[in-house]
Amino acid sequence: MISQKTIKIAVAELCKKASFSLPKDVMQALDNAFKNEKSPRVQDIYKLFKKNIQIAGKKQVPACQDTGTSVVFVEKGDKVKISDVDLINAINNGVKVGYKKYFLRKSIVKDPLRRENTKDNTPAIIHIEPKRGSSLKITLLQKGGGAENCSQIKMLKPAEGYEGVLDFIVETVRQASSKGCPPYVIGVGIGGNFEQAPYLAKKSLLRNLTKPNKDPFYDKMEKEALKRINQLGIGPQGFGGFVTAIGVNIEVAPCHIASLPVAVNTECSMHRHASVTLKI
Amino acid sequence: MQTIELNTPLIEKSISGLKAGDKVLLSGPIFVARDQAHIRLIDMIKKELELPVDLKNQVVYYAGPSPTKPGEVIGSIGPTTSARMDTISEPLFKQGLKITIGKGVRSDAFKELVKKYKAPYLAAMGGGGAVMQESVVESELIAFEDLGPEAIYRLTVKNMPLYVAYDIFGGDIYN
Repeated sequence: MISQKTIKIAVAELCKKASFSLPKDVMQALDNAFKNEKSPRVQDIYKLFKKNIQIAGKKQVPACQDTGTSVVFVEKGDKVKISDVDLINAINNGVKVGYKKYFLRKSIVKDPLRRENTKDNTPAIIHIEPKRGSSLKITLLQKGGGAENCSQIKMLKPAEGYEGVLDFIVETVRQASSKGCPPYVIGVGIGGNFEQAPYLAKKSLLRNLTKPNKDPFYDKMEKEALKRINQLGIGPQGFGGFVTAIGVNIEVAPCHIASLPVAVNTECSMHRHASVTLKI
Repeated sequence: MQTIELNTPLIEKSISGLKAGDKVLLSGPIFVARDQAHIRLIDMIKKELELPVDLKNQVVYYAGPSPTKPGEVIGSIGPTTSARMDTISEPLFKQGLKITIGKGVRSDAFKELVKKYKAPYLAAMGGGGAVMQESVVESELIAFEDLGPEAIYRLTVKNMPLYVAYDIFGGDIYN
């Protein structure tokens, strides 16, 4: 039995963990990227970046003040006896508690045009995926607004194919330029339909940056996309250089014979996420 | 890359010496204002109301801090994306605003405003909320408290690390 209270506490702690530190693979990828940049300005930025992470950890303050939209991915085993309604309620309560307790920024407005802050960072955006088994895996992604705003979706023609998709990925990053805090992590969703492609793009961001795509075809595509993105010359903070992105992750899904949807979700260098697995 | 120590309030001579690519260590009082604060200020200007801030020779930092922890001066306070303020900047320049601080590239139209009002644009470290917080020695809520993280604050900063992104001669760190 996994209670609502257990879930609430677990989610509140994920809010803390995601805000005050970076996942190991992201840190490693950034360290590797900055090592390749020799310009004094970029090395100066690297020093600030390292100092920023140290201070955030030591003082337990958010590494980035934009602690984002709380995007929560849940893998729910079929033996886990909690209704989706209760699960969603518990996750939102966890976000409320975590954002208050740890002094995280509340960045959600109730209505997109009337713009009154909900004052507790809810509602979280929650995706529940049914699985076999007896565990409940919860992943919290804190998605900052600046990088999210640079994302794009396009319905390509099937004839545009591999090259068309690559061009669109690179063009999205070119247009993002320095607005979303490069070096970026680029999440790409290909296939599905108009609502599934961006979901895949977001989900792909959760893949460990040290792990290659399981499909050699898409592994090659990711590497090609990354190479072309890093030839754009945007660089860390937009100050120029070879590293504009530290990873491209692709997720795909079956799609209609007439369609080739592609969504590109831009993610900032402070790629903050944390997971917990609860067992019954 | 030369490093320039800059103090507020600003004098014209210190501004004209800034060149794209220079590093700046900024000290003194500055204002924090972003999207909604701009919209409200512009509305007040249109209605000819008295503004809660005097922007003459001042600096505006585009940021929305996280809440202040007990014992701290302010919360985490890195810059937000400046491009969103491109079309709502000119009314503030007309009030005498002299420096804007944020992150990322801005529109060509905004670059023209930088030249026209001799008001350089500086870049802070995007994603660097904790390190930027370290340079804040005092903070005070000035207006629009109901906007939460989008309220106007007055900060006193010491050696805030910045880079000149656009100078008043058309120089551009991003090009």
